Amino acid sequence: MNTIKKNLGFIWILLAIVAIGLLLQSAFTHIKPDGKLDINKPMPWMIIIIVFIPIALGLGLFGWYALKGEYDRKES
Amino acid sequence: MSLSTKGIWKVITASSVGTLIEWYDFYIFGSLATIISEKFFPTGNPTTAFLATLATFAAGFIVRPFGALVFGRLGDLIGRKHTFLLTLVIMGGSTFLIGCIPEYKNFHAAPYLILLLRLLQGLALGGEYGGAATYVAEHAPANKRGYYTSWIQTTATLGLFVSLLVILTIQNTLSKEAYVDWGWRLPFLLSILLVLVSIVIRMKMNESPLFAKLKSEGKTSTNPLKESFGKKQNMKMVLLALFGATMGQGVVWYTGQFYAQTFLLKTCNLEPTQTNTWIGIALLLATPFFVFFGWLSDKIGRKIIMLFGMLLAIFCYRPIFTAMYNMSDVKQKQELTSEITIRKILSADNPKDSVIFKTTVATYSDHTKLAQTEKYTQETLKPDNIKLVETKKLVTLDSSYRLKLISLVFILVLFVTMVYGPIAAFLVELFPTKIRYTSMSLPYHIGNGVFGGLVPFIATLITVTPGSNYLSGLWYPIGVAAVCLVIGTLYLTNKKDENVTDDVNDYIQ
Repeated sequence: MNTIKKNLGFIWILLAIVAIGLLLQSAFTHIKPDGKLDINKPMPWMIIIIVFIPIALGLGLFGWYALKGEYDRKES
Repeated sequence: MSLSTKGIWKVITASSVGTLIEWYDFYIFGSLATIISEKFFPTGNPTTAFLATLATFAAGFIVRPFGALVFGRLGDLIGRKHTFLLTLVIMGGSTFLIGCIPEYKNFHAAPYLILLLRLLQGLALGGEYGGAATYVAEHAPANKRGYYTSWIQTTATLGLFVSLLVILTIQNTLSKEAYVDWGWRLPFLLSILLVLVSIVIRMKMNESPLFAKLKSEGKTSTNPLKESFGKKQNMKMVLLALFGATMGQGVVWYTGQFYAQTFLLKTCNLEPTQTNTWIGIALLLATPFFVFFGWLSDKIGRKIIMLFGMLLAIFCYRPIFTAMYNMSDVKQKQELTSEITIRKILSADNPKDSVIFKTTVATYSDHTKLAQTEKYTQETLKPDNIKLVETKKLVTLDSSYRLKLISLVFILVLFVTMVYGPIAAFLVELFPTKIRYTSMSLPYHIGNGVFGGLVPFIATLITVTPGSNYLSGLWYPIGVAAVCLVIGTLYLTNKKDENVTDDVNDYIQ
């Protein structure tokens, strides 16, 4: 179990990077000056990017901790 | 350390009533968003449109987690009782003042004040929940923490129910003109009475025994933020709580309680009064299950119930939403009669144009009714130049669908009760007393406010991508819940009730 948890640490770090990339790419694609939907306005995207990037970094940190064995179950 | 049965119920009542009022206050703004927009954020004005967007997004995404940090820190420094009393005052005061602000046409600073008060609401909500959950849990006996804190968990759903009930009652009591003119303010003004009662109740309560003991021994934290997020030992538990529990819980909660309603009203075009009444019944029927799953978590563990709720949601969302869509899809029904009426009036926006409303009312073999209104503009000088500008559909289902629709919404809310019922006890037990308020509040509000609050935005984002359909928006909650399920399954233990001053490492599988 500890080995699986450690190895999955890579996946969580990768997921964090992909999530940030996807978020930025979606923002650039969907922001349109003449758009009427919320997804076309820059303000929601700015707020979401400001809030979401630290969360994604948190997921990366979680993956790093997992990789380092911080979540390993200690034998009693 | 635990109280008598009578004492604990006083604690639960004081905490739950206040939290319910805070949810009520937060929801009425959302439920009255259309009329608030008309009164304070008129269309065609870019500044007010900007402020309206900011009020919608900033209150949930930035200010709620920020409130969790501000009041969490305060709660760990000066105590739970005074902090969640303060959040109640801020929430109640802000809500009351929203009801007092003159309309934009008479007072051009109104949108700024509304934005400020909405942000204060978000701030207060961010601080309230952690305080109430911690306060109850620190009074509860060791083997009943899930059961007692689950009463706090009912308040988010009951708050929504009460807000809908108050608004519907006022709408039905007043004439339409009176409601639009001043009646919409009543739900906001009513809040001050509810808050005053709750403040009186809370004032009579004592400080949490665990925190009082810590304080008397001089062992409270001097810098809860630094201890919560600066120390690896605790930070890794904050991350585990977020990615292994509250992230998935937040999306399941939002999808069941809010997205389902939006889906029925906007995607299925169902008639609002009928739909909201049926949703209200489903919410009421499902609410006791928060307590049931909280109680059950004391017996079999928190993790197993929460993750099983996520698993069911992942696999059942698409069939349930498909069934809801099929009920309202008239293309799958046999049309019996159809009646067309046409009404032509002069345009209020442009006197040179006329507006034509073409309404088609069709009845189907299962007694479903569809009223489709097409709005055209016609130039007076060029009568042949007719443009379709808007189409509105309203589907009214036969009462024979009532049981089926209520059952489907009930199942969605049942998933909510599974993930949400035990979460307060789970979070409380994860962190030590001296930094509990701070540490548990942040993952809770990121999970619910950010991951949950993003459901409608990301659902819209997905549905505009090529090849998507009416169900595509569900991939966001399904995906987030699936990642959370994997993390929770692998990294969390199914730990039952333990000493709340315990070693955080006991929670790692």
